[in-house]
Amino acid sequence: MRILTFIVGLIAALSFAATPATAKTFRWSFASDIPSMDIHSQNNALANMVHGAIYESLVVYNSRTFAPEPLLATGWTEVNPRQVRFTLRQGVRFSDGSAFSADDVVFSINRAMAKTSNYHIYAQGIDRVVKVNNLTVDIFLSVPNPVLIRQLTELRMMSKTWAEKNNSVEPKDLKTKDEPFSHRNAMGTGPYILKSWQPDQRMVLVRNPNWWGAGKFPSNVEEVIFLPIRSDATRMAALLSGEIDFVLDPTPQDLPRVRGNSALQLIEGPENRTIFLGMDQFRDELPGSNVKGKNPLKDVNVRKALYQAIDIENIHKVVMRGQAQVTGALVAPQVEGWTEGVHRRHAYDPKEASRLLAAAGYPNGFEVDFACPNNRYVNDEQICQAITAMWAKVGVRAKLRTLPLVTYFPMIQRHEASIYMLGWGVPTFDGLYSLQSLVRTKTTGADGNYNVGRYSNAKMDQIVDRIKTETDSLIRRRLMAEALQLQNDTVAHIPLHNQFIPWAAKKSIETVHRADNRIDWRLTVVR
Amino acid sequence: MLVFLLERVLQCLLVLLAVALIAFLLFQYVGDPVLFILGQDATEEQVGALRESLGLDQPALVQFGYFLLNAIQGEFGLSLRQGIAVSTLIAERLPATLELAIVAAVIALVVGIPMGVYAAIRRGSALAQVFMAISLLGVSLPTFLIGIFLILLFSVALGVLPSFGRGEVTSLWGFTTGLFGWGGIKHLILPSITLAVFQLTLIMRLVRTEMLEVLRMDYIRFARARGLRQRSIYFGHALKNTLVPVITITGLQLGGLIAFAIITETVFQWPGMGLLFIQAVNFADIPVMAAYLCLISVIFVVINLIVDLLYFTVDPRLRVQLS
Repeated sequence: MRILTFIVGLIAALSFAATPATAKTFRWSFASDIPSMDIHSQNNALANMVHGAIYESLVVYNSRTFAPEPLLATGWTEVNPRQVRFTLRQGVRFSDGSAFSADDVVFSINRAMAKTSNYHIYAQGIDRVVKVNNLTVDIFLSVPNPVLIRQLTELRMMSKTWAEKNNSVEPKDLKTKDEPFSHRNAMGTGPYILKSWQPDQRMVLVRNPNWWGAGKFPSNVEEVIFLPIRSDATRMAALLSGEIDFVLDPTPQDLPRVRGNSALQLIEGPENRTIFLGMDQFRDELPGSNVKGKNPLKDVNVRKALYQAIDIENIHKVVMRGQAQVTGALVAPQVEGWTEGVHRRHAYDPKEASRLLAAAGYPNGFEVDFACPNNRYVNDEQICQAITAMWAKVGVRAKLRTLPLVTYFPMIQRHEASIYMLGWGVPTFDGLYSLQSLVRTKTTGADGNYNVGRYSNAKMDQIVDRIKTETDSLIRRRLMAEALQLQNDTVAHIPLHNQFIPWAAKKSIETVHRADNRIDWRLTVVR
Repeated sequence: MLVFLLERVLQCLLVLLAVALIAFLLFQYVGDPVLFILGQDATEEQVGALRESLGLDQPALVQFGYFLLNAIQGEFGLSLRQGIAVSTLIAERLPATLELAIVAAVIALVVGIPMGVYAAIRRGSALAQVFMAISLLGVSLPTFLIGIFLILLFSVALGVLPSFGRGEVTSLWGFTTGLFGWGGIKHLILPSITLAVFQLTLIMRLVRTEMLEVLRMDYIRFARARGLRQRSIYFGHALKNTLVPVITITGLQLGGLIAFAIITETVFQWPGMGLLFIQAVNFADIPVMAAYLCLISVIFVVINLIVDLLYFTVDPRLRVQLS
């Protein structure tokens, strides 16, 4: 009897061992690893994408339209402006086999609001979460919040029982040595299970046999292997040699090589990130400028002159080699609030720029500080060099300094740059996110938190504050377009383009390019 | 002897203190880790609160004081990026770096010495000229270029060796190594050659010069006159006397191999301390950077100390002087 069990077991083991040979594996790379497996520890875009393979949220963006659509919640209704009721998907199980229920939702959202969580931004405005029954949850809000559904796309669900059993009730505290189990381990309802992870080396995810979505999506990938490779050249070499199938962040100079290789392809599309220039509109005198006693950038004519002196088509053609979408709007087309109207730019016109400068009292131009990052956006440094040369033609002598991102961002946040470059992505795909951070007068919270040039306009503030609580989507959309137009009219910032983010992959890979630069695991197919 | 040792240890401590202090003053300019932790959309209050709770709002000297206080107790704090004790992180990464450095040192010796000997004995021959030309390239080409070139040749063009990573490792009393399986060795070949090239050429040129020097000595001439076989003259008499400075240099260079593995590790995604350091720099992860710099200086200082002690045993004159 014993022997029989042994043989049966052996056959089962062998047949199990045989399956991976035919199973499809997807090996991908990025420059860095994620800092933690904990879904509420560090708010990092790459981590959010990787977590999404293991953990699921109530709502998710459609990879093509970026409209929020059901995931673990099948529907939601507004009971009143401060209470939203969610119906949960039936029959969902965690990968350990236990059932997913309202208790897990209450637990997970509270966990995101815990003191050691760094995901408060996505739980903003949530007052409390209440279980109605096993498959129904109410979220109560402190104020009506039109972007609640969008925030929920980044709040993933963890099993309450698992967390309690494994000392992971609270997210990792960055100040103490205590390491919750969830810091290096994971267990969710998603399509994959974390099999192993050696930070900076290799992470292996395998199909979750208990996944509710099995058979409902095109993906045929049984095993996802993440191999972070820090060196750009090595990462590309690994793709060329076939050791990996997919690179999420190829460098611009590698693109022609990928195009010229018959085994590889570029998967391209615009990123939901607008690159623009900001200007100090607060100081009474600009440090490093030859204009004393006043700040030329406070004058809308000067800002418009700087805008119209930029030959954006030239930058698009020469610097970006067509790999960008020129824009006059502060947000990308995928973002709620964008219109054809706000997309239109002030025309390139150096004569008009000179005239505007003369009218503002600077017929000979002026000197001004200009700061740019050199390792954050596609061709950031080259764009700034090109703009410096274009401004020189109308007499504006920009003193360009370029810095690496770790020192650049703290520097501009201390308002030390007179003119600066910034790229703004919109994870919520809703215009309020940009308007509130970039053009609202700086107060508390997210208001003006990246309004580094401290632009301030009473009418703008009024519109932005209305958008925050307006729940009628038509009126909201109109208000956002109005605010974006006001930004253009007052030249609060000088938009340049929405950058393209190409992915490099073997020809055997099929997936959907997403404007937020994330892989959708459910739509990725290996031929 | 004891006084000599104590004096040396005291000097070492001073060096360490200086390294740590300079490091800390530099760290004020590497950027702000809080922005990475909270993401771009964090509010100012959130940033302020986190900075305060991590102690990043304190002046540099106060932070340095805390660092010293912890360091004395053998604690290097927590990595801001991973929230794991820095000592744990370094312990995880140290074996990979040591393995790479030791294999590179072995390659440099095993290949460098014979090449140097050959270049000296057959001076002027075609092969000796080739060796010299190669050594010139090896000394002047930057490490990352050699690494990328090897990757392009052996991984992309020929497809015989992996371009990155460490492969399978086995654990021996907590020390991981890839030397016990082809999967691990395969991954070790390109990075160890890359790291070894500079040392190899250095050793080769050193051996050649020393050998030429020694071959001019009287005792070699006498050995020839006595009719000894060429092999025993070259390898028994000449080489032995050549090796003393070679061993000193190799010892000192081992520290350099460990420290400069940063570039090789970055090119090959070799999961050692150098890669850890580079990632810490990108993230402004101050505790990891400080601990790494201190550890590297400890390694240098200890190796120097050992070399000094070796002199002490090798050179009788030193002993006489002290007594």
